[in-house]
Amino acid sequence: MASNILGILFDGLAYGSLLFLIGVGLSITMGLMNFINLAHGTFAMAGGYISASLSQRSGLPFLATLPVAFVGAGLFGLVAERLLFRRLYKAPHLDQVLFTFGFVLSSIAAAHYFFGAGQQMGVMPSFLQGQIRVYGIDLGRYRLLLIACVGLITLALHLILSKTRFGAQVRAAVDNQDAAAGLGINVGLIFSLCFALGTGLAGLGGALGIEVLGLDPGFPLKYMVYFLLVVVVGGAGTIRGPLIAAMILGVFDVAGKYYVPQAGAFIIYVLMIVLLLAFPTGLGGKRA
Amino acid sequence: MIRRQFLLSATAALVIAFPAFAADTVKVGLVLPMSGPFSQYGQQMQNGIKLFMKEHGDVVAGKKIEFIIKDDGGIAPDRARRAVQDLIVRDKVDVLVGFTFTASALAAAPLAKEADKAMIVLNATSSGITAANPYMIRIGQTLPQITEPAGHYAGAQGYKTIYTVVADITAGHDAEAAFTRGLKAAGGEVAGTLRVPAQNPDFAPFVQRIKDGKPDAVFTWLPPGEATINFIKEFNQRGLSAENIVMLGTGDLTDELTIEQTGEAGIGVVTTGHYSMAHKSPKNQAFVKAYLAEFPNDKWPNFMSVSAYDGMAALYRGLEKTGGNASGPALVAALKGEKFESPRGPIEIDAKTRDIVQTVYVRKVERVDGTLANVEFQEFPASRDSASH
Repeated sequence: MASNILGILFDGLAYGSLLFLIGVGLSITMGLMNFINLAHGTFAMAGGYISASLSQRSGLPFLATLPVAFVGAGLFGLVAERLLFRRLYKAPHLDQVLFTFGFVLSSIAAAHYFFGAGQQMGVMPSFLQGQIRVYGIDLGRYRLLLIACVGLITLALHLILSKTRFGAQVRAAVDNQDAAAGLGINVGLIFSLCFALGTGLAGLGGALGIEVLGLDPGFPLKYMVYFLLVVVVGGAGTIRGPLIAAMILGVFDVAGKYYVPQAGAFIIYVLMIVLLLAFPTGLGGKRA
Repeated sequence: MIRRQFLLSATAALVIAFPAFAADTVKVGLVLPMSGPFSQYGQQMQNGIKLFMKEHGDVVAGKKIEFIIKDDGGIAPDRARRAVQDLIVRDKVDVLVGFTFTASALAAAPLAKEADKAMIVLNATSSGITAANPYMIRIGQTLPQITEPAGHYAGAQGYKTIYTVVADITAGHDAEAAFTRGLKAAGGEVAGTLRVPAQNPDFAPFVQRIKDGKPDAVFTWLPPGEATINFIKEFNQRGLSAENIVMLGTGDLTDELTIEQTGEAGIGVVTTGHYSMAHKSPKNQAFVKAYLAEFPNDKWPNFMSVSAYDGMAALYRGLEKTGGNASGPALVAALKGEKFESPRGPIEIDAKTRDIVQTVYVRKVERVDGTLANVEFQEFPASRDSASH
């Protein structure tokens, strides 16, 4: 029974990790930059297609495709930001929603044109398949990878945002654009880099998630709710908030589906409502 | 002024051209998902039709067959209805072919009925939909028809505990009911049922629950696509296959289009279905060979392609019998009770219900010549949908 509960806890943390991985980039573009970015899934999908194409066609090992997916999606984000997104930073939120949603629809059509409607295959190396037994609990290897990635990404983001000069500039630019610009910070460049980082993380999440989430042109719409859920419950603009939110949602969702499967589909939304009533600005949120 | 003259003369030309045109052609309106998440099905149906036309020519009973394709975009009954209205009123088609989903077929049925148009339904799979239009025939499959044999098969294997796992949508409930019915008839009983959300990113908790229940077999119906792939993978990853828990399902679970993506995890899954690309008959082998030669980019002729191919075969047989009369009442009267050989095996259009009667095969996923194939090993000949009778 105890091993049973621990197993569920592990699966929940792994699912939470997946939610965090696909959602954390959005916390940066939407939270830090205060830009309503529904197109997050497009960049996640781009990362997924980069990873799938590389492993299927060039035979690159799955793990080696991950950095490429990160960089590729980040570059795509950078170009898209320079050409399109930056024009809407000062626009009303509704314009941002309409524009990014249109961007999602175009990207679905584009993915359909280039890759077809079918599901893409992730080629998992054998050492990531199956389970290993630790103290009587079966732990999925792929799920361990997800949890490890979350640890690394959280640490890296924390260091970048709080310990580097770039991080300080980001925080300054977010708090007060005019003052930051007055101090000689190139706010436009900082925002571009921020956007690239957020979209790169989306790409990484998309690539890491193929095994569970699958990948087809409908990806950006199908999982939009989950990206938004993590950021809204966690509180936009922080890393800690979405991390805690993703873990809570993941554990409760898995436990709910295991113990009360009849109610399985609703638990995550009920939890969202409860958490938002208790923490209207999100778990780690500092502003509304 | 010039523009009006042009319009007038263009209209005049049309009016003059049309009667002659209409007399020796049969216009077929195709309603298929050509865009959106199900466009692969639409593509495959179109390929099946193209292949049939290539093999049999475009003239039957002295009539030239012409096609007008409309995209219904997947599960969108409103679009299907609009498409059918356009086809009947503006394009003046004689026959309607297509309909991938029940909702689309049912939305189109009243219009076709009113206009006396025959509807050849290629896939929509809910029970009894042919009742919605007296000129509707179904050539594909019904979900209960291919599911009930899975219950019979499971009952005959002597499994002690059997679970069912289905998506919590109408099709899932239908599959659960049909499987249970088949199993009961074979003297078995379902020990546990699980209904899961149709949109579900992670099957871990459900699969773990099954594992802890230690059943001998699990029957599954999920919407084909990432859900089926993900479920099969998770089942394997958690070691359920290694513990000899048998996964049962319908043909959708191991559709040629998606099974390859489960890799080794899919091997050993037992399903009941009406078509396997690996069906061993000369007719099918010729069909697959011709299909792959004609469409080298589409590697997987599946039940959608075959259904479309058979839909055209039915239309040709009907037109030959009526001497080219494509009106709904004539065509359907000619097709009632019609039997012919399809790539999937022998099929029949039930004289009373106008529904498909066919052999349902029990198949197991095996690796054949490097690819995953549904290898048939048992037959349920002349299977009907018992839910609609």
